[in-house]
This record gives sequence, C-alpha cells and structure tokens, in this order.
Amino acid sequence: MSDRLPGFSTLAVHAGAQPDPTTGARATPIYQTTSFVFNDADHAASLFGLQAFGNIYTRIGNPTNAVLEERVAALEGGTAALAVASGHAAQVVVLQQLLQPGDEFIAARKLYGGSINQFTHAFKSFGWNVVWADPDDIASFERAVTPRTKAIFIESIANPAGSITDIEAISTVARKAGVPLIVDNTLASPYLIRPIDHGADIVVHSLTKFLGGHGNSLGGIIVDAGTFDWSAGGKYPMLSEPRPEYHGIRIQETFGNFAFAIACRVLGLRDLGPALSPFNAFMILTGIETLPLRMQKHCDNAKAVAEFLAGHPAVASVNYAGLPSDKYHQLARKYAPKGAGAVFTFSLKGGYDAGVSLVSKLQLFSHLANVGDTRSLVIHPASTTHSQLDDAAKTKSGAGPDVVRLSIGIEDKEDLIADLEQALSA
Amino acid sequence: MNHDAYPDNYIRGILNSVKSIAMVGASPVNVRPSYFAFKYLAQRGYDMIPVNPGHVGKDLLGKPFVASLRDIGRPLDMIDIFRNSSHIMPVVEEALTLDPLPKVIWMQLGARDDAAAAKAEAAGIKVVMNRCPKIEYGRLSSEISWMGVNSRTLSSKRPPAPTQGMRLSINRMSVGGGDTAASDRAAKNKSEQS
Repeated sequence: MSDRLPGFSTLAVHAGAQPDPTTGARATPIYQTTSFVFNDADHAASLFGLQAFGNIYTRIGNPTNAVLEERVAALEGGTAALAVASGHAAQVVVLQQLLQPGDEFIAARKLYGGSINQFTHAFKSFGWNVVWADPDDIASFERAVTPRTKAIFIESIANPAGSITDIEAISTVARKAGVPLIVDNTLASPYLIRPIDHGADIVVHSLTKFLGGHGNSLGGIIVDAGTFDWSAGGKYPMLSEPRPEYHGIRIQETFGNFAFAIACRVLGLRDLGPALSPFNAFMILTGIETLPLRMQKHCDNAKAVAEFLAGHPAVASVNYAGLPSDKYHQLARKYAPKGAGAVFTFSLKGGYDAGVSLVSKLQLFSHLANVGDTRSLVIHPASTTHSQLDDAAKTKSGAGPDVVRLSIGIEDKEDLIADLEQALSA
Repeated sequence: MNHDAYPDNYIRGILNSVKSIAMVGASPVNVRPSYFAFKYLAQRGYDMIPVNPGHVGKDLLGKPFVASLRDIGRPLDMIDIFRNSSHIMPVVEEALTLDPLPKVIWMQLGARDDAAAAKAEAAGIKVVMNRCPKIEYGRLSSEISWMGVNSRTLSSKRPPAPTQGMRLSINRMSVGGGDTAASDRAAKNKSEQS
C-alpha cells in the first residue's frame, strides 16, 4: 500500500465506491429505502447521538448518496460533502448554518438568475440580507463588509456570460473579514477549477449540470474544505456552541475538519428536509464517471463555436473567456487552463427580435432552461431565467435584452456550427 | 515526523499494531467526544482503559477508571490524550516515567504540543497530534464514508459484510490525489499563529 497519488479520472470512477459487501455488486447499488434497521437499542441510540457511523433514515443519509458525497469531496479536494435535492437546496442549507436573522452575506452580482431571486426574495423572509458586490471590482467586496457579514458567495465561472471570477483575490477579502468564502462551482466542475485550491472554504454545486451531465436528474451538493476555524470569534454558534437537539454536542469540537459538512447534514438536511433521491444519486454518479471526458469535449466544442460566432457578420459580440480577445481571458488562463467552460453568451446585431428568431430556427440546439447537458442548449435569458429582474439588473448581470446564452454539448462541433449558420442566415 | 500532515501508512501502522489504549481525560458523559471515541475503539476490539482522577470508583462501559497512568500497573501500547494543548506536557512527562514506555502517544483533535512531542519522540515513542483515532480508523476502513466524509482511500476488493463489534480492515489504498492538503495547510497556519 503505497501512498500513490491517483489522478482526477481515477477518482472520478472510483472515489467513494467499493464492491457491495453483501452481494459483490460492482456498480453502486441504488439503496431505494427510506430507513435502515438498527442492530439493537444501543446501536440506535449511538446513531441518533452521532456517536456511531451508520444509516438511520434517508432524509439524513443514504448509502448511494454517501458514495456520491465522497466522490465529489475527493474530486474537489474537500474533507467531506453532503448531497441534497438541488443546487438551490444546497444554498439554503449552507447559509442556515452560517446566518442568524438580521445577518448579512455578500454575493457577487453576476450569478445564476435563480440564485439572485433566492437571495433577494426568499432569503429576505428568513432575515438573511444579501449585499451585492461586483466580481470585476474586488474593492466592492471589501466595502461591503460589516460586523454582520457572515459569508461571501461567488460563482467560479459566472452566469450567464461565462465570466471568470478572481477567486484568490476574493478569498483574501474573506480571510481578512474572518468569514468563509462559498464558491458555486457548477459551471466549471472540479475538472476545470478546484476552488478549494484557490482559497474557497465551502464549494456548492448544482449536480444537475455538468457533474450529472445528462440532463436527467436534479441534485445539489455542499463540499466542506475543512479550512475554516468555526470557533474563532463566536460568530458561528451552530458549529461552535452546544446544540440542544443533540444533548449539548459541539459540532466543531466533535468533528474537526469536516464539522461544516456534518452541521449541514444533522442540523440542515435533517430539519429542513431537502433530501436527494438515491435514484438521482445513482444517475449523477454514473455521469461523474465520464466527467473528465465530457468536460474536455464540452470545452473544445464551445471554443470552436465561439470562434465561429465571433467571425459571423450577424453577431455583435461574443462573451467567451476562452477567446484571446475576451476580457476574462487572462483569468481563464490562470484558473481554467484546460478550457473556459461551455456556457457563454453572445449578442446579435438584430437585437431582441433576432435572438427570438435564432432560437426558433435552431434544429439541434434545444430551447430550454438548463445548462450542462450532453445536448447543446440555447436560451434567451432576458425572457426566461433572468425575466424577474428589471432591465438595469438584467444588463448588470450580463443578461441584456439582445443576449442569447448557449450551453454547448458533446455533439460533433461541425454539426453545431452548421445549425447556427443556417439559423443565423435564414 | 512532520506533524502537519501524517502519511496514511504511519497512522495505519499505529492502528494496526496497538492493542491496549489508555485514554487520559475519558469522560463518562455520553455527549463528550472522549466518550464517543472510547466506545468506538472498544467496539473495534481495542483494550481501553479510562484515566480520569475525577471518576475513580466508577467505570466507563464496564472498564474501571484509574486516576493516573502509573495506576494502570501493566504495559500500555498507546496513550490517547483528551486534554487541551496546555495540559499535554504533564501527561507526556508522566508517560516517560513508565516502564516499559508506551509505543505511541496520541493527542486528540485540537490538541498539539510540539515540545511535548519532541520529548516523547526523543525517547523513541511515536507521536500523533490533532487527530482522532476514531475518525482515522473510520476513515482508513472507509466506515466513515457513511457520513459523506472523504476517506482518501480506494479499493476494488469486496469487503466482508460488517457485523457488530468486528475489527475492520484498514489496509485500503490511500489517495493523495483526493487529498485534503488545503485543510492540513489551514491547521498548520492556525498552529503557527497560536
């Protein structure tokens, strides 16, 4: 047993999974069960008291989901993870551990439109106040810090235009403020960017996108980097103080460098309830096995399509960090050298009407509200994902009325380019 | 020994070889981490001895408390110290008076005293700091994977179906590619600041 250093692709296939001890099944079984039999009363008490490792009820943990959790934790270089029902659920569970009513968190203005809605409206009703900052202006994060700030939230590759965030610069602000940096790594996946290597304390994903990768299963995950000291300063009582629901256990003292993932499980998931179906966990796990192959193909195709669009007379501009002329190209070279992702935007000289026309004429690209599918996807953010924002906020978040967003799939790039060409010229 | 990041084979070697473990600071209160760890290690077949002068006359899961290491009166493989960093040195000094010496001194999660570690190592004793033997055993056996924890191990072998109280194999392949170097660095920075 040498302490070898297996590569990313080996981890994508093996991490977290071993042959089933009872049946010898090599693929991870789908443990489609709500609950698990205890050995005896003492074993049950040990499990409920967080004293033993094991399964109780699928809302708290499930063996199929646990394989998914360990695999993503390994791919991200974290100490532990918790899978939940969706990316949105991951965000609720994370912030519930960090914020009390009246507290604040700072979020990058360039985010998935659904996150902007969740932070602005749903979280306001919990008394969690979002303060927006501009990821292109690091000083705006510093200016936003107050004594009530409990976290900073950014996307590594940001919606909708695929811009690259300077994770290290923002992690410096977070460290100075004594708060954790949360990075949504959905659009990059750990194949392109591992935010923990750049100073993230918590990573969240919508597993629905590139990790699952086939557009067939919702899921979300929270990865604990094991880097943040939750007891310093007494700002995070969920982790540092005795928990009455577990007879006075202090989560950080008991679980050390994976305390945050445990808090999310036993205080967040247990009580809020957004559990992931084991079937979805199985589908996502199967997807992750080919993540390195798919992600490289997604990126290579996206670069070819972006280059084609940049040279097309009907196109006003292309926002793709993989193009040398792009504003984010230097950041892409630093953070995502294997490729700048596969989600980007472009705008048409013909404005809103031309965007609507393009979407209607495409034959291979599917018009729908998702990204990170094997299939190529197209959407007009202004009328869909970002439609609940006012015009100024749409433009600020990169989803102006003339903008079309693509998520490039793993088809043959020649066919994608031909489809765009016919739709643009018709 | 680099006490910021231990090779898995070092931890594996200790957990595979020790049999008797005296736990200094063991608590009979069933929500304390020392109670969890004591119970878990006893269930995995280790010969556990609770050491706590405040509880002499009582027992912990059937094992009588002793007041000090010297009161144990038989050779020990390992001493697991559940005390804050500031209380480590006297325990190590007492351990160094034992004959024979213990093979391993282990300081719990959050506990670290580099001077005490150097003294023990000078006497030929292996030292582990700021780790929990329950977590490490659970990690190397992958039992802790039930909790979504990154065990940093891989195996294509079919494990035996686990039964209550059995020893688990901790001889799985270790994974550096899925390492938690970031967490180790953070712990090192914290210990350098304090």
